Amino acid sequence: MDRNDKNYKRALIAKRVAQELHDGDFVNLGIGLPTLVANYIPEGMTVHFQSENGIMGVGSAPEKGQEDEDMINAGGGYITAKSGACYFDSALSFAIIRGGHINMTVLGALQVDGKGNLANWMIPGKMVPGMGGAMDLVTGAKNVVVAMEHCDKHGNTKILKECTLPLTAKGKVTLIVTDMALIRITAQGAVLEEVAAGVTVEDVIKNTEAELIIAGNIKTFDV
Amino acid sequence: MAKIITSKQAAEMIKPKDRLMIGGFLAVGAPESIIDDLVIKNTQDLHLIVIASDYENRGIGKLVANKQVSSAQVSHLGTNREIQAQMNSGFINIELVPQGTLMERVRAAGAGLGGILTQTGLGTLTQEGKPVIESEGKLYILEKPITADFALIRAHKADKLGNLIYAKTARNSNPIMAMAGKVTIAEVDEIVEVGELSPEEIVTPGVFVHYLVKKES
Repeated sequence: MDRNDKNYKRALIAKRVAQELHDGDFVNLGIGLPTLVANYIPEGMTVHFQSENGIMGVGSAPEKGQEDEDMINAGGGYITAKSGACYFDSALSFAIIRGGHINMTVLGALQVDGKGNLANWMIPGKMVPGMGGAMDLVTGAKNVVVAMEHCDKHGNTKILKECTLPLTAKGKVTLIVTDMALIRITAQGAVLEEVAAGVTVEDVIKNTEAELIIAGNIKTFDV
Repeated sequence: MAKIITSKQAAEMIKPKDRLMIGGFLAVGAPESIIDDLVIKNTQDLHLIVIASDYENRGIGKLVANKQVSSAQVSHLGTNREIQAQMNSGFINIELVPQGTLMERVRAAGAGLGGILTQTGLGTLTQEGKPVIESEGKLYILEKPITADFALIRAHKADKLGNLIYAKTARNSNPIMAMAGKVTIAEVDEIVEVGELSPEEIVTPGVFVHYLVKKES
């Protein structure tokens, strides 16, 4: 097993996020890495996935040749509906999101900071894809989980004292899960609770700009 | 009764500088026949209100690729490089609106409301220049209604009164925009007689729908 392998890291993060789910939760997964969380739902647990374009009860991807033009998720990928699924319009979809009816949303980030601020929708002058549904999701979901690699491709930490990019929302992130650590955002600050297998607390501190409160009993997570 | 017209007739009603709400999410649930005829007519200086900019060759991306759009209120551009290039060159003026806020601003226009209060965007660029109002001890941004000359929407089936039902996730912004256009034109797969749709299954009441276009197969 190569701990530097991209697929290993993605599986590691997704599996650890999935362990935060509860039976019966209503969940919205962002595009990319967060979608992998659906592959690691603990056995015996039922979780309902919403896609903000208008469905609760997203099922697995269709088999090749079985794609339905009218069935996509918010990333534009073809989906199926689970038994018990329902469709709704975009205003109702965001009423679910903004109204606090989603237990958890999982998103990627460009930057996140120790105060729970998140930046993930633009790099001024470089990349302006827009916020899509992310601002509403981060504002309304009960738990906002950032799932991402700890450092960018240049090796710079993405967990800062203070975000420098335009924010998606202020103080809404509740949990950060990376290929190095699990950090919970609390009223006291950012608490390092767990490290990934093969990673030390010192490694995490060295690769994190935000001040960390080190939990008393650091656990380890692995794939 | 909703009047049945062709997509070409629908396109001919639209004038330069008109404000158009166009339904769909990444081109699923977009009125492609009307869009195609708008591209042929090459009506210029359009203002779009859309969830996303779709793809260069699908949905509203076709209007952008044909340089017919001068401004847009939209939540996401990430799937369309052309619109980003036109934004960067200053050809198209973009207002990025959070998707849930966009839908409520459109709904407010259709529902006769003077705006909505939302926490989405507090402390971000989205808040800039907007009133922040305290209600029930919490702060909210006041977001104003978005109106349009035309709502161009897509449904699965209509009856001749203009009552509409939708297909799966192709519903998305369509029922909301249907409420908010001064003139609403629905492109549908099938038009049935009055009474053939169950009152229980109708999503958009025909009161919102002025014209029907049968999608060209």
